[in-house]
Amino acid sequence: MPAGTEAAVPRSSASEPLRRFLQVARGAGLRVSAAEGIDAARALDVIGYADRVALKDTLGLVLAKTPDEKALYNEAFDLYFKHEALAGKDAAGDAADGRQHRHGEGEQGGGEGMGAGGSALSELLAEDDRAGLATAMETAGRESGVENIRFFTQKNLYTRRIMIRMGQGAVEEETEALRLGGTAKGIERAAMLEARLERLRDAVRDLVERNLLLYARGENEQFREEMLKSARLSNLERRDLERMRVLVRQMARKLAARYAKTRHRRLRGQLDIRRTLRKNMGWGGIPFVTVWKQKRIEKPRLMVLCDVSGSVAPMAQFLLMFLYALNEALSDIRSFAYSGSLVEVSDILEKQPVEQAIEKIMSTIGMGSSNYGNALADFEDGWMKYVTNKTTVIILGDARGNNNDPRTDILARLSQRARRILWLNPEYRSMWGSGDSDMYRYAPFCNLVTVCSTLRHLERTISDMLEAAS
Amino acid sequence: MPNADHPIAARQLTSIEEVDQGLSTAGYIANRQISTAIYLAHHLQKPILVEGPAGVGKTELAKSVAAWLELPLIRMQCYEGLDESKALYEWKYGKQLLYTQILKDKIGSVIGESDNLAVSLDKLHAFGDIFFSRNFLEPRPLLRALEQPAGAVLLIDEIDKSDQEFEAFLLEILSDYQVTVPEIGTVSAQVPPIVLLTSNSTRDLGDALKRRCLHLHIGFPDDRLEERIIASRVPGIDKRLLKQLVSFVQQLRSLDLKKLPSVSETIDWAKVMVLLHTTVLDVGLVRDTLNVLLKFEADIEAADKQIAGLTHKAQGAAGLV
Repeated sequence: MPAGTEAAVPRSSASEPLRRFLQVARGAGLRVSAAEGIDAARALDVIGYADRVALKDTLGLVLAKTPDEKALYNEAFDLYFKHEALAGKDAAGDAADGRQHRHGEGEQGGGEGMGAGGSALSELLAEDDRAGLATAMETAGRESGVENIRFFTQKNLYTRRIMIRMGQGAVEEETEALRLGGTAKGIERAAMLEARLERLRDAVRDLVERNLLLYARGENEQFREEMLKSARLSNLERRDLERMRVLVRQMARKLAARYAKTRHRRLRGQLDIRRTLRKNMGWGGIPFVTVWKQKRIEKPRLMVLCDVSGSVAPMAQFLLMFLYALNEALSDIRSFAYSGSLVEVSDILEKQPVEQAIEKIMSTIGMGSSNYGNALADFEDGWMKYVTNKTTVIILGDARGNNNDPRTDILARLSQRARRILWLNPEYRSMWGSGDSDMYRYAPFCNLVTVCSTLRHLERTISDMLEAAS
Repeated sequence: MPNADHPIAARQLTSIEEVDQGLSTAGYIANRQISTAIYLAHHLQKPILVEGPAGVGKTELAKSVAAWLELPLIRMQCYEGLDESKALYEWKYGKQLLYTQILKDKIGSVIGESDNLAVSLDKLHAFGDIFFSRNFLEPRPLLRALEQPAGAVLLIDEIDKSDQEFEAFLLEILSDYQVTVPEIGTVSAQVPPIVLLTSNSTRDLGDALKRRCLHLHIGFPDDRLEERIIASRVPGIDKRLLKQLVSFVQQLRSLDLKKLPSVSETIDWAKVMVLLHTTVLDVGLVRDTLNVLLKFEADIEAADKQIAGLTHKAQGAAGLV
């Protein structure tokens, strides 16, 4: 933070607005490291503050590192400088006023003068000195740390803090005293002060809200995402769909990346002496070029059977979404959807964008009453022959077959052919086996049966599976 | 700043506008962000990571910068499995082998008359060091870029195609402009090169790399910029034809296609039109030449239905209707 005397010189106090902007940028969800902050400062030394367009381009180059971040950055930049323009205008008016004390903090070099207490505030109010009030408000806001606001529930807290810091108490005492004094003039003044104080409170609330918008957007998003990840999929609401879609995609991409990495690591192995010698025959057997033994990587062949019947309808959306994302990330995967019967949907998932794919699947096969026996029989007829000892079969469903024959015999045969069968059930464990649930009948033939009702569950299970498979 | 004394670079990089003009003399029409990025890269000595769809002129930017500043362009194409022996340096094994063969006969004279084992071993050691000296070092692009006496433009193309390990290996060069060759020591650049990395985002790059770079995203240009680009790349093109072409391509980009036509495709298309002596776009002609713009059968089919409408609008944009 610049020393008090420097505050009036725009160049040397430059780091303060930058620091605050960085905070805004972080609040908006950009990840700005300390090193990037330093880079930004260096870049601004070269570019300067005079040209707003160059300033925007420059900070964008240094701070925002993906297209998404660029969008966030542009928004934050515009928001911040709109905010600054408001504050700056008031500060300019105040500087011309020249009545205030110098106060070292901040880029405005504006006055503070509230240290004296209520009388100063009531004077400002009485004179209706808007510039002075705005400056005092900004200063009080900064002193009470309004930029640390994170949640909308803190709005009143910060409003009150700023009001107190500006000397609300003294003004109130004064009006009280004036009213008690009983003179007509005093009462008139008291009413005037109260009305203006009320107006000031509105302005302060406005300031707090602006700050909330500036500094806390990213945090709120994060908070919400965390919540969504651990919320039961069946409880999610329509309005969360968009956000959820982004999360699902992120998760699938993360899984795919991690999985690709382990595959890659296995490519480096021991020296293959025989092939090394052979390769280096040309140099008289001196090993210039080394050849490494490579472990053959078995790609996990995945077959995913996803229940889309009425009983799991709220979940099916997300399961399909996840399936879609997995389909994008992994190459060797076949997907099936079933309710009363079973169809392969790999093609649909591959060729169409996610919304249309899900819609199409739901309209062709979804929403019926489920019949697990039938679906399994369909699978055996059509695709059992493709199941090898390298195939992992994942079944997503609640195992509620409406009292039809569960056909556990098919699952038994499947378990003999396949490498593994995983059953992910969206119901709580306590519900398994109740009513028409056949979960415990199927369980003996599965390598793993697990509850899977939140995104987090889904991620963990799939990640375990990929690791075991590679 | 070490390269402030470099006459060419210092003279030509005093303001963003100069960068803009300089690039346009090299035939590259830049928008403001691109010029700012080059300007900053020079003054902060930071590499630029350029991302964007294929064909918007990422590689071309590096070439133009090199042409304008009259610096050598050193290009390194990344691919999976690229390692430091191909990117940084390699020992000239053949030459080493040859020299050992030649010296085999002379071994007696090298060891000399010393009959003491320790002494002759010392002599051999000193001799061995010669084999791992500069003379036997084959510099690859990165080392070459650092060794250019007047500086260089280093283009690391399609960094997203390389492995993560290689990305980590680049960090030393990108932040300090130096590399370490174990047998020789650390080589640092006399004049730091201007480094451009390009990426098509086939995978997400590591944070460490991104943190060291300025990040420039080049998207599709707006119609005015695109017109300027085409006019500069296809000199002598009719003004009204130019307007129609650009308007058509801009509309095409708003369709839901697998691969949107890029600037390079627009340029190709413009060249085709000039060859065919066209002045007015018509539906038949567009249909026949659409494969210049669109590279997927499905895209051509999708666009085919809309050609009439798009062409009409394009003519309207050029004031022909």
